[in-house]
Amino acid sequence: MLIKQQPKILSSEITAETIYQQRRNFIKSTLAVTAALATPSVAALSDYQIEEGQQLYPGPDWLQKKLQASQKHAQYQAVDKLTPYRDVISYNNFYEFGFDKSDPAQKAQNFITDPWKVEVSGEVAKPGSYHLEDFVAPHMLQERIYRMRCVEAWSMVIPWVGIPLAEVLKRFEPTSKAKYVEFTTLHDPQQMPQQDSYFGTLDWPYVEGLRLDEAMNPLAFLATGLYGQALPPQNGAPLRLVVPWKYGFKGIKSIVKIRFTEKMPVNTWNKTAPREYGFYANVNPQVDHPRWSQATERRLPSGLFSPNRIKTLPFNGYAEEVAHLYKGMDLTKWI
Amino acid sequence: MDITTKTVQRLIWWVVFSLSLTPALNLLFKTISQNLGADPAKEIVLELGTWAINFLWLSLAITPVRKLFGWRSVLKFRRMLGLYCYFYATLHLLAFATFIIGWDLQVLLQELTERPYAVVGFIALLLLTPLAITSTKAMQRRLKKNWVSLHKLVYVIALLVLLHIIWQVRSDFSEALWYGLLLFWLLAYRYYKSASSARRSAKNKIASAVGMKAHR
Repeated sequence: MLIKQQPKILSSEITAETIYQQRRNFIKSTLAVTAALATPSVAALSDYQIEEGQQLYPGPDWLQKKLQASQKHAQYQAVDKLTPYRDVISYNNFYEFGFDKSDPAQKAQNFITDPWKVEVSGEVAKPGSYHLEDFVAPHMLQERIYRMRCVEAWSMVIPWVGIPLAEVLKRFEPTSKAKYVEFTTLHDPQQMPQQDSYFGTLDWPYVEGLRLDEAMNPLAFLATGLYGQALPPQNGAPLRLVVPWKYGFKGIKSIVKIRFTEKMPVNTWNKTAPREYGFYANVNPQVDHPRWSQATERRLPSGLFSPNRIKTLPFNGYAEEVAHLYKGMDLTKWI
Repeated sequence: MDITTKTVQRLIWWVVFSLSLTPALNLLFKTISQNLGADPAKEIVLELGTWAINFLWLSLAITPVRKLFGWRSVLKFRRMLGLYCYFYATLHLLAFATFIIGWDLQVLLQELTERPYAVVGFIALLLLTPLAITSTKAMQRRLKKNWVSLHKLVYVIALLVLLHIIWQVRSDFSEALWYGLLLFWLLAYRYYKSASSARRSAKNKIASAVGMKAHR
């Protein structure tokens, strides 16, 4: 049962007038930019500001229309300070494009995100191949602000725009045999150069999975945008998974396949280093990665003389919503 | 030695010295101009560490380069390169403690004693310290033969540093592979040279013994 909660809003989050004014300036400048690019629509904006001069990823027109109609989710709003747009789109782990944090932003700009197809298969009554536009069409886009905790012990706070995973999955009518959901990233070495590299230990394409009840949890989310804008390729455009109580690598990017299975899927990192990365990958400060501690994290952007080191919370602070899924499980074993 | 050669040599010394300092200055410049991205702390620590390793590998390359190309003059840069390695390695640890850990002593101690990759890195830096202290000519004279044995520690340090790299690999092992291959070559070359010179001296001994017999 879902119990509606009051949104947690701090007075510090209420937009100051100066920022509001900046936002107006920003809209003006965006209008100028979009006019220059001859894009027919102006992206919907939320109340936060994007630094002036930032290049925005346009995305397809149909998405722009949906983004404009997107609404804030009442419950999942910020209690933490947002990570600036610039940092969210320039500091990424997306190994298909390169191993450095700056590689995806540099090398993914020409990645083709439209047209895009998503194939639904396995234990479902309605399998099929869907154009992303049709895949998203029945749903209203909503904005949710989530914390994202990377297994490398840094974290961000990101305003995503997208659709609840559960609502999408239900449409395909999983059968009683469906126990897990498996997601697969596009495999296209032409566009994703590292998929052809000799120096990585990962098997491509990237695969991730969730237990069906995890996938049906209201927190699980499919993002098509962030900061009120179309999702840039380096962040996993056009469709990525967001499961904020798990380490970031569970948030598979550029999804082309969703398969319902009876058996537990083998996720890519687990296959590569089973001692270090499990299937569940729930954020857990008590269980260290064999090579580094998970007790604390650095919230980005971190200043040089204030590392912004904070304590990591069980389930990344979402224990109330998800801890019940793992009742009776030894989470030091099921990493 | 005439004055012009001396001036040229001094010039070369200054060129090497300034070039070796460039990575640090470049990093300082990027820090001041806030050009290090979302995680400047990690960027700085990584960059300093990388240059510490580069200078360690460079100082190990002096002997092979001297023998292969017969450039005797490179020998006088070995100390400078070694000290630059120590300089960057020290800054690397200081940057880690300051920018990443924020001098939270409990966390710092935990990292330096419990994380295998950090432990080997820390030991390598500790072992480098006596080498840096005894790098002066006066110390070299004072320690005589012991100086050479002491400075053979550099091979242990290099292997620890290689572990420090390998144990941090998440997926991309290209860097670990290149550094590993280079180090393998640097060490194998020395082994090969010392083995062949041992063979040669053994041969000479036999030859001279045979020669003595023939003379008799």
